[in-house]
Formats: sequence, structure tokens, C-alpha cells
Amino acid sequence: MRSTPRGLSQRRRGRLLKVVGAVFAAVAALLLIVAPASQATSPSPTPSPSATTFQNSISGFLRGDDRAPIADVTITAKQGDFTGTTKSGANGSWTIGVPAQGTYEIELDESTLPEGIKLADGQENPRQVTFSQTSNLSVIFAFGEGIVVQQQDFGQNLINRLVAGLSFGLLLALAAVGLSLIFGTTGLTNFAHGEMVTLGAVLVFAFNAMNLPFWLAILLAVAGGGLFGYVQDAGLWKPLRRRGTGLVPMMIVSIGLALAVRYVIQFFFGGATQQLPFAQSAEIQIGPISISPNNLWSLVISAVVIAVLGVVLLKTRLGKATRAVADNPALAAASGIDVDSVIRIVWVTGGMLAALGGILWAYYRPGVTFDMGSQILLLIFAGVTLGGLGTVWGALIGSIIVGIFVELTTVFGLAADLKYVGALFIMIIVLLIRPQGILGRRERVG
Amino acid sequence: MDFGFIFSSAAGELFSPTTAAYALATLGLAVHFGYAGLLNFGQAGFMAVGAYGFAISTLTFGVPFFIGVLIAVVCSAIFALLLGIPTLRLRADYLAIVTIAAAEIVRYIVTTNQLTSVTGSANGLAAFEGGFYAMNPFPEGSYFGMNNRDFFIRVVGWSLVAVCCLLVWLLMRSPWGRVLKGIREDENAVRSLGKNVYAYKMQALIIGGVLGALAGMIFTLPRGAVQPANYGTELTFFLYTCLLLGGLGTVLGPVVGAMIFWVVLSLTQGILYGLIESGTITWLNTVQAGQLRYILVGVALMLLMIFRPQGVLGNKKELAFA
Repeated sequence: MRSTPRGLSQRRRGRLLKVVGAVFAAVAALLLIVAPASQATSPSPTPSPSATTFQNSISGFLRGDDRAPIADVTITAKQGDFTGTTKSGANGSWTIGVPAQGTYEIELDESTLPEGIKLADGQENPRQVTFSQTSNLSVIFAFGEGIVVQQQDFGQNLINRLVAGLSFGLLLALAAVGLSLIFGTTGLTNFAHGEMVTLGAVLVFAFNAMNLPFWLAILLAVAGGGLFGYVQDAGLWKPLRRRGTGLVPMMIVSIGLALAVRYVIQFFFGGATQQLPFAQSAEIQIGPISISPNNLWSLVISAVVIAVLGVVLLKTRLGKATRAVADNPALAAASGIDVDSVIRIVWVTGGMLAALGGILWAYYRPGVTFDMGSQILLLIFAGVTLGGLGTVWGALIGSIIVGIFVELTTVFGLAADLKYVGALFIMIIVLLIRPQGILGRRERVG
Repeated sequence: MDFGFIFSSAAGELFSPTTAAYALATLGLAVHFGYAGLLNFGQAGFMAVGAYGFAISTLTFGVPFFIGVLIAVVCSAIFALLLGIPTLRLRADYLAIVTIAAAEIVRYIVTTNQLTSVTGSANGLAAFEGGFYAMNPFPEGSYFGMNNRDFFIRVVGWSLVAVCCLLVWLLMRSPWGRVLKGIREDENAVRSLGKNVYAYKMQALIIGGVLGALAGMIFTLPRGAVQPANYGTELTFFLYTCLLLGGLGTVLGPVVGAMIFWVVLSLTQGILYGLIESGTITWLNTVQAGQLRYILVGVALMLLMIFRPQGVLGNKKELAFA
């Protein structure tokens, strides 16, 4: 009777193979629906003529230290006989099409810079840039803080950054709470969570490009995120749990999934940075705080969503069941809770929260790229670990700390391109002195 | 479609310096994950420390080649120590998150504009390989269709791979290696035998990290440039794919895995480009073909982990996880 178990396992293996395929089919289908539309629109408001004639391009965004775009600046790319010139558009973007990949000399004409803005100290200009494997090379020019003529006073800056950090922390929390719930109920450290974040923003861009109303695009994108969570659990994680796959293999599977989904998104979306509607907005003044309306909206939306989630978790039967499963799945099952359906709901919720977080992140940065989610994945992890893996309130508090910390470090003199380092460093330090995190319990550390 | 060219360039990948670098770095991962059960997701960070340690000591301090290599190796050992002190007592998933965070910290630090004079920021560093090629014993000429520089780096790279494989093999069959495998199987059992588990894990982390640093140098020497973008988290994930392809707890698995990885990547690229140029495939452009390959890498990593976690050469009993 040796053949029976083997046949069974082979059948199961076949089924699993099918569902893995189904997951990808679903993602691809989701993106296929929206792909033609996204290709139909022209990405940048001022496409320079030279960009369209060549396949390779050098591009970038000119943004001041306050993240405001810098328009009408002349940039030149040179290589041998070839010279390409362009001006930055209203959103600060510029693209120069070049005939071949290789090394180019990029020069920013400093006389065309608006008043009060100068290149940062140590920013080479002109400078040499080299293509590496991709057809688009992005070049960043840093504009200095110390050199800008108008200097904000320290206290003002501190308050502004504090509010911006709170806004950033709350959007991180949206993703982190989902990640933490998934970890709590299934034990999985999901490295594909960053791609769930990206998907939300990419879907809004795509639906918007199909000329759907803005509010509908956002609703559909959040629903799409939930659907992705559902398909992931139904197609991949539930069969793996059934199989009794260990947590470390599942973590590595999630890395494979993250890679695959990231490049599937890039396949359809391309490598460029796109902007969502209403991404540009002037700062408004509320009392002593100056904040962009987008950040304010982001802050309010994430605070409301998290509050609602908190009420659901604390007051409803479903919330109690979720917390019971997170606490002890076996005991929860024994007391009549349908563990699998709770986990399914957690995945759908986590997907929706991540998608919403991704949309807000696209406004915060601002811009949509295929790897925007994986850029903040570690900050989400940092928030979750700071608060304590598996605890929902811990994820919330941890994320807010990370968000505020990231924004405040720039006030206290850390360079803007190092601001994520501080948050990651703090995470490592906290693990050193309190490995279970702020709200975690000792037993979770193992 | 020129199949001769496609296959010859795929075969060229078998012994390319990049494959040697991947093999070495994956061997380091095998020591970490395959033998000691340490889930190190920061191998790209070790490679970056090796590459930058060598490049900076050569360019900024002008040290001779071997001193530069020594500095890089010492730097990676220190990096392993710093990483190990807070994390080796923690559970596997914490170690994973901290190592990946540490690798990203390294990448951010070498990318920042604040240190442009030392690290070259996003553009990286170049022109530090002179000391290496000055030692080239091969006179100019053609060696199996390569020039003497290409041939020299291959000889050095693969000799290094062979020596390191031998060392790891000797280590793992020594009493030290048996303790390490014991820790992988059951940490508490080994601890109850009076072994200092923490010290063994730390030693394994350092050895694997040094292998990663050597790999970083082999990776960067033939390019003549080191750029931070090459050392992102994807690199670590590709190394894990190589490791799972070849086999976790094996010495030759990483080498075989790296070879398969690069040959398959080269073959799919050649065939896809050929089909696009001949007009057979019209729904893809060459950029998308490049992305398609990485989608395949991700899917392969998932399927390997699910269906054949022991890889080509591995033994299912030797898996680092249940």
C-alpha cells in the first residue's frame, strides 16, 4: 500500500502547483486589465522630443530640499559627438533620450535655477554617469538645505517635521498592522508585503488612466489589494499551511513571491516614476503648522481607518476571534472558531490596508514606481519589530515612532539620504535591549 | 536565431568571474544557513563591505593589493561581529530582519552624498583594480578566446572558489563542523552538552561573512567599478535562489547552483532576444524580456522551496528546517 500516500502527495503537489500558477494568473490578469490604459497615457506632462526617438534615456526629478519640484532648468547630456538638452517640466521631471548605453556627462545649467535654490555642497556638476543594465538611468541632483537663502527657524521646522512624521508613521502603520496581524495569526514574516503596498498605488494609477473617477479608482484599488490578499491566501499560503510547511521555508517562499510580483508589476508598469492625480499641492498653514493638503488628508484617513480597525478588533465577535487566533490557534479552534476563515479575513484586510497605505505613500513621496513598496518594507518591519511582532497596537506605536524618527533625524542634521538609516539603526538597538519590542511579550522571542 | 552564439555565451557564463563571485557568496550562505541554520538575509551587505573595503583602502589610503584584501576581510569580520552580538540570541525571523536591515544600512551609507569623496556615492568607485592586474603572470595573448586579463581573473576567482570549498569541506567534517550541524538540528541539545552555542554561531557568521567579502571583491574586480545599486536586497535573494538550486547543506551545491543560475539566465535571455529579433514574439520588448527573467527567478525560488528544498545535490535529512 505504499503507492497510496505517494499518489496522494503527488496529487496534492499537482494541486499546489496549479494554485501557485493561479496566484500569478490572478496578478497578471489584474494588471493586464489595466495595462493598456496605463500605456495609453503619456507619463510626463512635458515629454521632451528627444526622449521618444531613443530607447535609452537618462532622467530624473529636480526637487528642492522641501521636496517642491524645480521647473525650467536646463540639463545637458554629452557623449562624444552626441549632445542632448532638455528642460525640467512643471513637476520637476526631465528626460533625455540617448542613442546608446554608456557613460555620459550630465550638466545642470546653474544659471537657469530659480532664485534661492542652489546645488548642494559637494554636488558634482557636471558629472559622469554610467548605465548599468537598465535602459533608463536616473540621475539625482541634490539641492542644499544650508544654502537656500530663506531659512526656516528651528522650532517651526521641528513642528512641521513632527506632523509630517506623524502622517508618514500612520501610513506605515496601515501596512504594519496588516503585516503584524498576518504574523500573529499565521506566524509568517511576509516579505511580499511591500509588493502589496505597491499594488495599491499602481492600481490607482491604472484605473485613473482608464478615466475612471478618482474616488472610484481608489476604492477599486483598495478592493484590488484585498483581492490580492484573498488570492494569495487561498492559492498559496493555505495549501502550504495544510502541508505543514515550516515558517522559515514559508518566509523564503514569500521572498520568491515578492521578487516575482515586483517584476510582474515592472513588466506591465515599466521602470519610470509616474504621478497620481492631485500629487502637486501647495502647503497650507494651520495655526503654527504648515503642511501639504495631501499629507493632512493622509494623516486623517489613516487615523480614521486605524481607529475603525481598533474598534472592530476590540468590540466585535470577529475581532475577538482574530485576537484569539493570534493568541493560540489550537485553543481558538477548540473553542469553535473557524481558524481558516479568520486567517482568510486577516489576509483580505491586510491586503486592503497595505493597498491604502501604498496609495498614501505614493502621495507622500510623491510618485509611483514598481519598487516603492519594497523601499519601505524594512521601515514597516522596523515598526512591527519595534512594537513587538504580532501585536497590533505595538505595530501602530512602532510605526509612528519610526515615521516621526525618520522625519526628525533630518531636523537634527542627518542628511536626507540617510534618514532611513536612523530608523533601521534604532530597530537594531531596541532588539538589543528589549528583543520582544515595546508591547511584545517575552515568550514570543523564543 | 543564432543558437551557436546563444549556447556559447551561456557556456561562457559557466566560468565567468560573476559566477565565481556568486558561488563564493553562496558558499558563505551555505555556512550560515545550510550548516549553522542562521537565516542571514544580509549577504549583499557582506559583499558590499568586501568590495568597498578593498576599493576604499586602495583608492583613499593607497595601500598595496594584499593589504587592501586583508582590510576588506577584517572589515567583514567586524561587520559580522557587530551583527552577531545583538541578534544571534534571537529567533530566526528576527535575525533575518536585522541582517537585511544591516545590509541596507551599509548600502545607504555608501550611497549618501555626504561621503562622496570616500565612497563616490551613487556613482561608486572605479580604477582600483590596477594592483591586481599588475600581478598578472600571463603574457598578452589569447587564452581560450579570452585576453590575458579576463583569463587571469577567472583563474584567480575559480582557484579561490576551489580553495574555499576545500576549507569549508574540511571544516564541516571536523569536530567543529559537527557541533555546528548539531546546533542547526537542536540548539538546546548542543547547549546541554556544554558547548558555547553563541560562540559557534558567531564563528560561523564570521566565516560565511568573510566568504561573502571575498565574493564582493571577485564580483567587483572584473567590472573595475563598485556601485551601491549592485548590492541591494535582490542580490541576497538571488544568492538564496542559487543556494536552494544547488543544495543547502553541501559544499559543491553553491557552486553548482550559481552555475545553473547564470547559465539559465543567459539562455533565457539569448532565446527571448532571439525570438524578439526574429519577430516570433511581438508582445515583448527586450526590456520586458529582462524583467521576465527575474519573474522566473522569483517563481523558481518559490517552487524550489515548496517542492525540492534540498536542491540538486542536497540531502533532505540535512535541511536546516523541519
